[in-house]
Amino acid sequence: MDFDFIIGHLNYWLFIVLMMTGLYIVIAKGNLVKKIVGLNIFQTAVFMFYISIGKVENGTAPIFPMDMNVDPSVAYSNPLPHVLILTAIVVGIATTSLGLALVVRIHEAFGTIEEDDLLKIERDMATREYELHGSAMGGRA
Amino acid sequence: MQTFIDIVLFLMLAATAISIVRTKSLFAIVMLSGVFSLLSALLLVTLDAVDVAFTEAAVGAGISTVLMLGTLALTSRTEKPSSHSNFVPFVVVLITGAALIYGTLDMPNFGDPNAPAHVHVGPDYLERSVEEIDVPNVVTSILASYRGFDTLGETAVVFTAGIAVLLLISGLRRRREDEEADEVDDNEGQS
Repeated sequence: MDFDFIIGHLNYWLFIVLMMTGLYIVIAKGNLVKKIVGLNIFQTAVFMFYISIGKVENGTAPIFPMDMNVDPSVAYSNPLPHVLILTAIVVGIATTSLGLALVVRIHEAFGTIEEDDLLKIERDMATREYELHGSAMGGRA
Repeated sequence: MQTFIDIVLFLMLAATAISIVRTKSLFAIVMLSGVFSLLSALLLVTLDAVDVAFTEAAVGAGISTVLMLGTLALTSRTEKPSSHSNFVPFVVVLITGAALIYGTLDMPNFGDPNAPAHVHVGPDYLERSVEEIDVPNVVTSILASYRGFDTLGETAVVFTAGIAVLLLISGLRRRREDEEADEVDDNEGQS
């Protein structure tokens, strides 16, 4: 593993660090809005990783001169990852808004957006149902 | 120089991400996520993806911040401290990160012009777009013409998400008024 290899891969590793920060927020934090922010960080880091694959050394943005006289000595970066990520950003905002709508709906139904409180409410509901059905069948549930 | 700018921007991104992890105020978290999006747009410009940077700045820093602020207005403002330990998530994240870094060891160097990604269809698009589409911006010509069906599918996804959000949110005020009416009825029945 020489110096060139490390410099050439440093970019990828930095993006992976950002991805893992987002994943950590999703797993470790209980607030549903914060989880969605974490997902957004993860997603943006993946986008930057993907775009960095399309980068060409000494290249420029894939936009030709207006008169369309393309100089063959100019290197252009690969436009295909850019297109895919443009689509992914828009789909990402659609899924984010769906997640936020679910958060609003959960807050309306349970009065909280903390994972711990939601689990406790669900456990209490289950216990009450067991007791109800248990007494209806004349014994313990 | 490129590497230096990359590292400076990355340090700012990492600082933003870590302060998002540590902050409890949800308003601050939403604002920091807007900052994160703007910084990532800057980084995308250095990676030659100007169209993506533009979209990221408009959508990531603009629309998603507005949507999250709307959610905060309808829910709560602060995060409660979590009760369980952070050790297990940390280990999971470390293992996943190590696996991903192991995966990058086989990848070509950053910016390598002979990488597989640059010798397959990418050059074809760059060469033929001049005669076939005649639009200076190759990203536009691929997005709207070569891969137009992708964009159609994206529109379908956005449409579906929009309908789902409307269905989830639409009855909010009506249900709230119903509940208040029920409470008034209950109080009158008791008195």
